[in-house]
Amino acid sequence: MRVVLAEDLFLLRDGLVRTLTEHGFDVVAAVDNGEALLHALLHQQPDVAVVDIRLRPKFTDEGLQAALEARRRRPRLPVLVLSQYVEQLYANELLAGGEGAVGYLLKDRITDTEQFVDAVRRVASGGTVMDPLVIAKLLTRSDARGLISDLTPRERDVLELMAEGRSNAGIANSLHFSESAVTKHTARIFAKLRITPSDDDNRRVLAVLAYLKR
Amino acid sequence: MNRRAGWQAVGRCWVWFWFTLAESAVGTVVVVAVLLLPTGLGFRLMPRAAMALRRLSDRARGWCHDWSGVAVSQPAPLPTDPALSARSRGRAILADEGFWRDLRWATLTPLLGGLLLSVPGCLIGYGAFGVLVQPLIWQALGDGNWYAFIPVVDTVTAIAAVLLGLGFIASGVWCAPAVLGLHARWNGRLLAAPRSVELARRVEQLADSRAEALDAQAAELRRIERDLHDGAQARLVALGMTVDNATRVLESDPDTARRLLRQVRETSMCALADLRDLVHGIHPPVLADRGLGDAVRSVALDSPLDITVDVRLPGRLPLPVESAAYFAVNELLTNATKHAGARTVAVTLAHNGHALRVTARDDGRGGADPTRGTGLRGVERRLAAFDGTLALHSPLGGPTTATLEIPCALSSPKTSSSSGTDWSAP
Repeated sequence: MRVVLAEDLFLLRDGLVRTLTEHGFDVVAAVDNGEALLHALLHQQPDVAVVDIRLRPKFTDEGLQAALEARRRRPRLPVLVLSQYVEQLYANELLAGGEGAVGYLLKDRITDTEQFVDAVRRVASGGTVMDPLVIAKLLTRSDARGLISDLTPRERDVLELMAEGRSNAGIANSLHFSESAVTKHTARIFAKLRITPSDDDNRRVLAVLAYLKR
Repeated sequence: MNRRAGWQAVGRCWVWFWFTLAESAVGTVVVVAVLLLPTGLGFRLMPRAAMALRRLSDRARGWCHDWSGVAVSQPAPLPTDPALSARSRGRAILADEGFWRDLRWATLTPLLGGLLLSVPGCLIGYGAFGVLVQPLIWQALGDGNWYAFIPVVDTVTAIAAVLLGLGFIASGVWCAPAVLGLHARWNGRLLAAPRSVELARRVEQLADSRAEALDAQAAELRRIERDLHDGAQARLVALGMTVDNATRVLESDPDTARRLLRQVRETSMCALADLRDLVHGIHPPVLADRGLGDAVRSVALDSPLDITVDVRLPGRLPLPVESAAYFAVNELLTNATKHAGARTVAVTLAHNGHALRVTARDDGRGGADPTRGTGLRGVERRLAAFDGTLALHSPLGGPTTATLEIPCALSSPKTSSSSGTDWSAP
């Protein structure tokens, strides 16, 4: 699988290249600035891009801008954005197209290699991956607005993982449920929140996120 | 211009006209007192006369502001310490620049100002004569009865006189606000505090706001130091100790070592989270990346309230202004959530070429008072460093409207759209 990588810190870039290579990815470009990133995204035909928001030369949001621009020109180009902090505004901009194949994770998550590599693969296959911190903030807000007061604590946990972009198998795995139990829970959640259920994993994530952003 | 405002101005011209008489009377007393100084009697008379004159000039300053919107800076108070002897008090007054300004005003304004102020009254009075009196008396007076340029000798000319009189009255009412404004501007120029006093005041204000800014900065540094010390620093120490323990039992007890290393990862995540919060409190990354507009939008997204953000800023603001405005808006939104019980807030950001203006209007219960609670007071202090202001309109029962203004220039405008000097937002 061909990967374009953008990260301004040499040590981290090097570490990411090594991690991805170890897990069978082919890193076709590893760059440190926005311009080179956009060029690589448009001309290297990557299967997925792993992009740090803050890049050279101005160290603001060059990475995000390049990723958004590339997706404007090549819709559904899979991009996983990494950042030292999470910002709902940026998550919304990434999700705006409503087409999936995006991820937004805290850089901290790299330390759990298995989870990180899994997230890269999910984004590459068209899925949506949101950082637990983004989802936690969304849930706190939805809670305060009384949007999810009907849910039981268990259902909340399932909703949280759904919003992060996990599949039923993934949710069953982290909550130590059976997959059929997860299916029952999700059906109940969709009924309570009046969201149209969907078998397509990606469409399900987007529907849940749209609900939470109300 | 509506008719009511016109008649109000006529009344005010009238009041001020009589006021100029008092002014000239008191001015004369002051002049006499000064002339009597060599006899010694002047020293007794002068402080009182000067005080009376100051009371009159204060009243005139008030009228300039209240009636015509002409702001007149206050001179330094007269040196009238009762502990001093009459002689030294008199000398101090003679050395006071504000006293001589008052005297100059009392000498110059009564005649010219009085004439000016009498214009609307005269027009209306003469008009009233034409309308009310001429129709009654022209028959008795016969030939040689003139009203202005009309010889009033028959019904037709009497009606013409009435119409002309109405015209005079209308022009009197029409010109009264302009007369009042002109007079106020002239008075304002004569009465404004001496430049030296204005400068001294400005220096004092700058020294105050600088001291407050430095205090705030020092407090901020102390907070950062404490946060680092109790947060990330402490966690890194714990991390080192755990790694040390894990190394020691690596061979003998691999299970424990694995557990400890997992703990190390958790601690490092916590340290990162601490640092992230700290950075966000110092300077939110989105503010650095995108500027004030998107930073406020981002706050709105995280807030449980329905917040609409209307950004009309064609470029970036100076960084310190962005930061101050961001934290001020944050405080206002926190207040709207916590104290006002609001459900929706409308935030507008605009720049008129000279200053940034941010308005936040909520639908809460109102009654916000900057003198109570430290939040709004802190915002005021923070803005004072930029000569910025916070105006709060919060009647009991709501709604609350907070408006903050910070004089500053816009840098690197993206386009030339929405230029002009008007506020580009309602």
